[in-house]
Amino acid sequence: MNNRSRLVPYLYVAPLVLLLAFVFGYPLVRIFEFSFKMVRGINGPWIGLRNYELVLTQDVFWESVLHNVQLLLAIPAMVVISLLVSVLLYDRIAGWKLYRIIVFVPFVLAIPIIAVVMKRIFQFNGPVNEILRWLSLDFLALDWIGSSDVALWTVMILIIWRESALGIILFLARLLSLDEALIEAAKLEGANWWQRVRYIILPQMRGVIEFYSVVSVITILAAVFAYVFIMGGGRGGPGTSTMVVELYIFNALIRTSLPGIASAASVMLFLVSVALIFPLFRARRRANADEA
Amino acid sequence: MKAGDAVKHGVLLFASFLALVPTLFMISTALKSDEQYAVDKLGLPTMPVLDHFREVLVESPFLSWMLNSFILVAGAVVLSIVVSCLAAYAIARMEFKGRDSLLAITASLMAVPPIVMIVPLFVLYSRIGLISTYQGAILIYAGLITPFSVYLLTTFFRTVPRELFESARMDGAGDFTILTRIVLPLSAPALVTLLVVNSLYVWNDLLIAIIFLQDDAKRTLMAGISIFQGRYNNQVPLTMAGMVIASAPMLILYISFQKYFIRGLMAGAVK
Repeated sequence: MNNRSRLVPYLYVAPLVLLLAFVFGYPLVRIFEFSFKMVRGINGPWIGLRNYELVLTQDVFWESVLHNVQLLLAIPAMVVISLLVSVLLYDRIAGWKLYRIIVFVPFVLAIPIIAVVMKRIFQFNGPVNEILRWLSLDFLALDWIGSSDVALWTVMILIIWRESALGIILFLARLLSLDEALIEAAKLEGANWWQRVRYIILPQMRGVIEFYSVVSVITILAAVFAYVFIMGGGRGGPGTSTMVVELYIFNALIRTSLPGIASAASVMLFLVSVALIFPLFRARRRANADEA
Repeated sequence: MKAGDAVKHGVLLFASFLALVPTLFMISTALKSDEQYAVDKLGLPTMPVLDHFREVLVESPFLSWMLNSFILVAGAVVLSIVVSCLAAYAIARMEFKGRDSLLAITASLMAVPPIVMIVPLFVLYSRIGLISTYQGAILIYAGLITPFSVYLLTTFFRTVPRELFESARMDGAGDFTILTRIVLPLSAPALVTLLVVNSLYVWNDLLIAIIFLQDDAKRTLMAGISIFQGRYNNQVPLTMAGMVIASAPMLILYISFQKYFIRGLMAGAVK
């Protein structure tokens, strides 16, 4: 092979390498550097671990972390809802394709849009409370958005509502790849619907459930900004009741102009997501192996 | 119909209803007068009015927000597809040192949350004057959507039969000709999937938009919405008319291309 043709592959991948180096490589190096510096403007003096100390001694940081962790409670609900709906769709009763199109709508709508709509639906004098009062369930007619005890749970309802749509579609794709002969055989042996689901379908779903759970952990720890930004009025409100780590970083960078602090928090979030990449890849491999 | 089927239909109807509630609520409320909404939050509009739609389109910069979002989507998606096609072709079809690590690194970048990259890019952009420019934001968006595109296209290109390449090469075709004349036409489904998923990602993003496009003239639809909804906090029907307009493009695309949406979003679940 001559020199020219040995260079050709590198010409093809060069734009990719440049683009990724700029959007991922440069920032990932710089956040580590910034996190040890007192950055004013573009640069600043090294200050050791001071940024980390500052972040880790701030109540609002820990509160944000706690909220992200609390939101993880949404995942079991998401898995159960997705399993139920996908297994029912898999029975392919009349009209299942139409149901499938409809239940995926939440995942197509932009998060800011549905957050705005949900905020109006859950307003204190909005439709949800109107229905609850009409059902004489006044004690349930909470101040969903305005009360600091409830607001985070309302955000969680919204997350469950939207992210379950992804679970349904992922699980259904797995189900449609199952070996039908096994299920038919079980039917002939007289296994009822529940027995078929419990002993034949669910065991084969483990891989995809694991994959979806890991993806959801990453989403909830590091990609709920749009939900809380709209629901919490841009500030994680009321008070700090819907603050999350992403919003903490946003505030440090944009509102108080402290890139060093924002970087220290970013580094910690990055390390958590790196720790999750390995289970993610393992889960994806296993899910793919199941299907093959 | 068996009794079991009735129960299944019942559960699925309920799930469908829940999935559609916000869409139904926003459409129905947008058509109500303020007076009707004040006393009747749940019913259908008795005398449908279109005033709120007119008000949104005339009195707020919705259309220019949408245009901005469209420019970003077009720029980022085109840039990313060109970069990804070239790289995926090399990764799938050529031998070179570092090929497997390049693919592994690219794939793992899919799991890095965008917020992590924001701080240094913001500091850099502030210094070199790229804040509130289309090209600055397009570059970031293109970077964020490219790892998934490379991953998907590499997988797809590998399925193109080897004989096609060999016979083309016999005819004297170079790599670039093979890529544009043979591989890309065969990859239409993968390209449409990418087009759909990546457009949706850029169109729906809020985080990058509010940080990197702060200028009023450059504001995107999602960033605009967050301001719009605060300003008209108490005018629910007006706000809902805005949301109907904002969600219409993606809902229409979804209904027309739902196969590609479902396939693509499943594959892109990592994001």
